[in-house]
Amino acid sequence: MEKFTTLTGVAAPMPLVNIDTDMIIPKQFLKTIKRSGLGVNLFDEMRYDDQGREIPDFVLNQPAYRNAQILVTGDNFGCGSSREHAPWALLDFGIRCVISTSFADIFYNNCFKNGILPVALPQEQVDVLMEDARKGENARISVDLENQTVTSADGQVFSFELDPFKKHCLLNGLDDIGLTLEKVSAIDAFEQQAQQSRPWV
Amino acid sequence: MTAPKTLYDKIWDAHVVHEDTDGTCLLYIDRHLVHEVTSPQAFEGLRMTGRKVRAPQKTIAVPDHNVPTTEGRDNPDQMPEDSRIQVAALDTNAREFGVHYYPVNDIRQGIVHIVGPEQGWTLPGMTVVCGDSHTATHGAFGALAHGIGTSEVEHVLATQTLIQRKGKNMKVEITGQLPPGVTAKDITLTVIGRTGTAGGTGHVIEYCGEAIRALSMEGRMTVCNMAIEGGARAGLIAPDEKTFAYIQGRPHAPKGAQWEAALAWWKTLSSDEGAHWDKVITIAAEEIAPVVTWGTSPEDVLPITGDVPDPESFSGGKVEAARRALDYMGLKPGQKLSEIEIDTVFIGSCTNGRIEDLRAAAEILRGQKIKVKRAMVVPGSGLVRAQAEEEGLAQVFIDAGFEWRLAGCSMCLAMNPDQLAPGERCAATSNRNFEGRQGRGGRTHLMSPAMAAAAAITGRLTDVREMMREPA
Ligand code: SF4
Repeated sequence: MEKFTTLTGVAAPMPLVNIDTDMIIPKQFLKTIKRSGLGVNLFDEMRYDDQGREIPDFVLNQPAYRNAQILVTGDNFGCGSSREHAPWALLDFGIRCVISTSFADIFYNNCFKNGILPVALPQEQVDVLMEDARKGENARISVDLENQTVTSADGQVFSFELDPFKKHCLLNGLDDIGLTLEKVSAIDAFEQQAQQSRPWV
Repeated sequence: MTAPKTLYDKIWDAHVVHEDTDGTCLLYIDRHLVHEVTSPQAFEGLRMTGRKVRAPQKTIAVPDHNVPTTEGRDNPDQMPEDSRIQVAALDTNAREFGVHYYPVNDIRQGIVHIVGPEQGWTLPGMTVVCGDSHTATHGAFGALAHGIGTSEVEHVLATQTLIQRKGKNMKVEITGQLPPGVTAKDITLTVIGRTGTAGGTGHVIEYCGEAIRALSMEGRMTVCNMAIEGGARAGLIAPDEKTFAYIQGRPHAPKGAQWEAALAWWKTLSSDEGAHWDKVITIAAEEIAPVVTWGTSPEDVLPITGDVPDPESFSGGKVEAARRALDYMGLKPGQKLSEIEIDTVFIGSCTNGRIEDLRAAAEILRGQKIKVKRAMVVPGSGLVRAQAEEEGLAQVFIDAGFEWRLAGCSMCLAMNPDQLAPGERCAATSNRNFEGRQGRGGRTHLMSPAMAAAAAITGRLTDVREMMREPA
């Protein structure tokens, strides 16, 4: 998993509330064999028409937001199905941080497994950042994980809360596998001992 | 003296690599089974991080969910493109990472939960996982076996361990002897009907009692297979002489001195007298009848002699659920179950796709003709299929009017071309009757292979006991 330390970039505004994982990545893309490659289908049904043509009005189709790294969204982002394909699609598009007033639980946890930082802030602060996002390339937002702050384009600093363990993992790029591999000597020892006691395994 | 332990406690304790102060454990995994649908992202994850499969010799891959079950299926044009890609990815991954692999044209190919035991991969006292909820099947051997998600598949591939917290112990005892015409499938459905689909949540179930002991290994696998439909992460049956006899001589079973050593340990694998159970359920085998499901949840179970229930007879949220189920199933309260007409019969799946299941169905079908529109038998593996052909069972099915298919999951989940049409009603030996499970709008009634065979002959849900031949 890629580390997350600081990020300064363009944010795409998506003021809709209750954006669910079906909207983030519709079910027809679950037969894929990859975690990567889902970026083109991110928000597929909002982003393309029936013929597969881009809908120009959709935010990520606008020139200013094609390389957005941050999403600023409405309340309760990521609700619905638990599909890990949702964070996979965001990441593949290039989104590393989602800012909202609240997130659905499973999606929130899935983000950390995939190197994405979800930031929950009060409504007034999200409103400020939403305004920045609307300015496209002209207003960059900065996120600092170590200090747990988001800085708006005009320098207002907002602090956010985060579980220390999740922060540690994200800062160091540690996924569950990375953490378990820190215990690799215990696994080695277990295997050696099992080789003696249950050699047929 | 150590405290008395359950079988689950014993297997768990033997596999803890590390325990955190908060009770989170790192559990060692002895066997990892892999299929094409939930594994591609996991292998891709390994590739992106430059990791290897830690124990390829303990990892077994087989394509089953997507594969067509008609002849000539190794021609890729038989598969829709996305399915073909998933199968091809498994092929590439299995070869690149060097895991054991049974490709689609290998006679040993089949449903992952049938292949594992058949090849002797599944042994008592093991931990077994697979990115599939019906991994519970392997519990029939006294192995702790359960399903995992894609991130966990990658975790097991890379570390051969899983981060877990221990579940609770639940005992399901089936006393006495099953009446004629009643099978393992009727036991497992009856238990779910009794406990509900959330009855086992957070628990590992151990099935025990005289009626369980009397079951063959095939029957025990049928029982454990559906533990998950009762909400339990895993189902277990203590190993005994039948278990050992089934395993001995299988390709990957221990041999010689190792066999003796294994056997000595396996014989200690049963719950101690006085062990603690968080939940106990006891059912008398004599009270179990051949059952069918009437709704869209595996807990919607009734004896075939019953009537479609009135949704108002339930309570709470179930009233609305039952109403919706009857609407979806096209049934009316009070209708006799035995008068429900069937379009299609499906015999197969990891619940009932083993040789004994085919024997039970063929026994009923011998010399008969089907009255349903279509009927198919999908053996659980290439070897089951070969054996059924050798025993003459295939001919019985074909003569009766069944399609005789190649091995795979097939119409159990309809990810391949075998699907029900909207409104089509199916007597199925599989494990899930969810809306759309066997095809959009398809209606599924779950039952045993013998009951499915009986329905094929009469064209309606039928009490198999009416058709049973006198014992010779
Ligand atoms: S047969 Fe059905 S339940 Fe069993 S593994 Fe295949 S799809 Fe899953």
